[in-house]
Amino acid sequence: MTNLAIAANGLRKSYGDKVVLDGVDLTVPEGTIFSLLGPNGAGKTTTVQILSTLTRADGGTVQVAGHDLARRPDDVRGAIGVTGQYSAVDKLLTGEENLLLMADLKHLPRGEGRRKAAELLERFDLVEAGRKPAGTYSGGMQRRLDLAMTLVGDPRLIFLDEPTTGLDPRSRRSMWQIVRELVADGVTIFLTTQYLEEADELADRIALLDHGRLIAEGTAEELKRLIPGGHIELTFADAHLLDAARRLLGTGVADPEALTLQLPSDGSVRAIRELLSLLDEHSVDPTEMNVHTPDLDDVFLTLTGQQKETLR
Amino acid sequence: MSTLTLAVRDSSTMIRRQLKGLLRYPSMTVQLVITPVVLLLLFVYVFGGTLGAGLGGGRDVYVNYVVPGILLMAVATAATGTAVMVATDMTEGIIARFRTMRIWRASVLTGHVVGAVIQQLLGMAVLIGVALAIGFSPNATAVEWLAATGLLTLFVVAITWLSVALGMKSPTPEAASNAPMPLILLPFLGSGFVPTDSMPTVLRWFAEYQPFTPIMETVRGLLLGTPIGSSAAIATAWCVGIAAVSYLWAKNTFNKA
Repeated sequence: MTNLAIAANGLRKSYGDKVVLDGVDLTVPEGTIFSLLGPNGAGKTTTVQILSTLTRADGGTVQVAGHDLARRPDDVRGAIGVTGQYSAVDKLLTGEENLLLMADLKHLPRGEGRRKAAELLERFDLVEAGRKPAGTYSGGMQRRLDLAMTLVGDPRLIFLDEPTTGLDPRSRRSMWQIVRELVADGVTIFLTTQYLEEADELADRIALLDHGRLIAEGTAEELKRLIPGGHIELTFADAHLLDAARRLLGTGVADPEALTLQLPSDGSVRAIRELLSLLDEHSVDPTEMNVHTPDLDDVFLTLTGQQKETLR
Repeated sequence: MSTLTLAVRDSSTMIRRQLKGLLRYPSMTVQLVITPVVLLLLFVYVFGGTLGAGLGGGRDVYVNYVVPGILLMAVATAATGTAVMVATDMTEGIIARFRTMRIWRASVLTGHVVGAVIQQLLGMAVLIGVALAIGFSPNATAVEWLAATGLLTLFVVAITWLSVALGMKSPTPEAASNAPMPLILLPFLGSGFVPTDSMPTVLRWFAEYQPFTPIMETVRGLLLGTPIGSSAAIATAWCVGIAAVSYLWAKNTFNKA
């Protein structure tokens, strides 16, 4: 049996009247990448804060790295590393000093700390910047330093809370590469993201979080199989036509800004023909049509879209 | 590792962090040193002639009278800086990182306190140097100097822990800059600038019982030989009390947030 890095059962958290997590179960085997995916405000960051001992859960039992979270938070802290959404670097100190600060707080011997700092600066392409204050770094560099600091002391379980939010595509790719290397070394990664592409690229297992509940969980492939196919995107000339199409078809997610309507569909010729003839009969003519083969976006759109429908 | 070793080791790491920051950005320290010096010059050369006459002398008498008041004023002014620094630090991601690490949690705050105490003792040394240059003439023995330094250090520690707690309680750095404001008024509403017996009854009552007055009276007594009486004991009790309560308050706030 594989050991579990995280085992959470019935996690609950409310802030006042607002329920943020409503009974979340999580199982993350050691040495894997687990991705928690969800829109802003779904409860991703709260989940990370609870699992990394920053916030107490209102209910539920959690084991992190084999330790009971509520009773032995300090043992959990000894086993984990956290890179949050906002850069957790000391902006007054240089990159190198930040790493040495971590080495001191992890109680590494002086020599080993220096060696580790030099190695991490090299690995994260920060050798030149290492002597400059972290406050002068670009967003991508701060994020790399942030992750490098998390790696001092070799934690076996790393939480990455939206590690690439706000990064340019190139920095994002280099971050992904680093994450892959870590997992190759046997580290467990708990990743939150709002980018489906990121979860698809990296994660072994993905859980979709919406309004504080898990609405689906599985591998990227399994999740894609949850819905029949991709989607069709129709673009209309004006809001009036968009409205008419939405009323006529009775489904889909409308974007009034872009004047588009996204419809879940398997993308077959037959389905497209039926759709177009229905629109034609009612003289609701789209100006443009795109057919998408299934990706995680569709899973997400369909599952969270359904939730919104039932709420209304 | 025992708790004590852990506490000492993590605290010294955090103190190093703080001192590096202070050395790299000295403008705050420079401001802390210069503000009280300007106040001293203002009180001695602008108000000193008239206020000194009220004491039965002149400017030279007033220099001696006002130095303990300015010393406490300097500490109260610096408290604002400390509260703002702590509040700013708390909004930074680095503090969240510290909270997820297996470290002695109060070490984050200890770093701030020791950094601020060093900063302020430096400021006091400069202030006394300037005071001596413009006619401050203490008659204290080495032991009395030592005792005065000890009491002032204790006072700085107490006010600094208080400002750390206030800084932690403040939702924003802006709010933190207002919180220690009343402290700046205390030297005025005590025996810092004029003797309390010249004040109206209610004010005089407040001035005699507030914590700053016995501290100023003790420092004045130690350095200039004026009567101290029970002030020394009361001053020490106030300092220890404020320090202990503020320390627990700050530590609790840090653990809760």
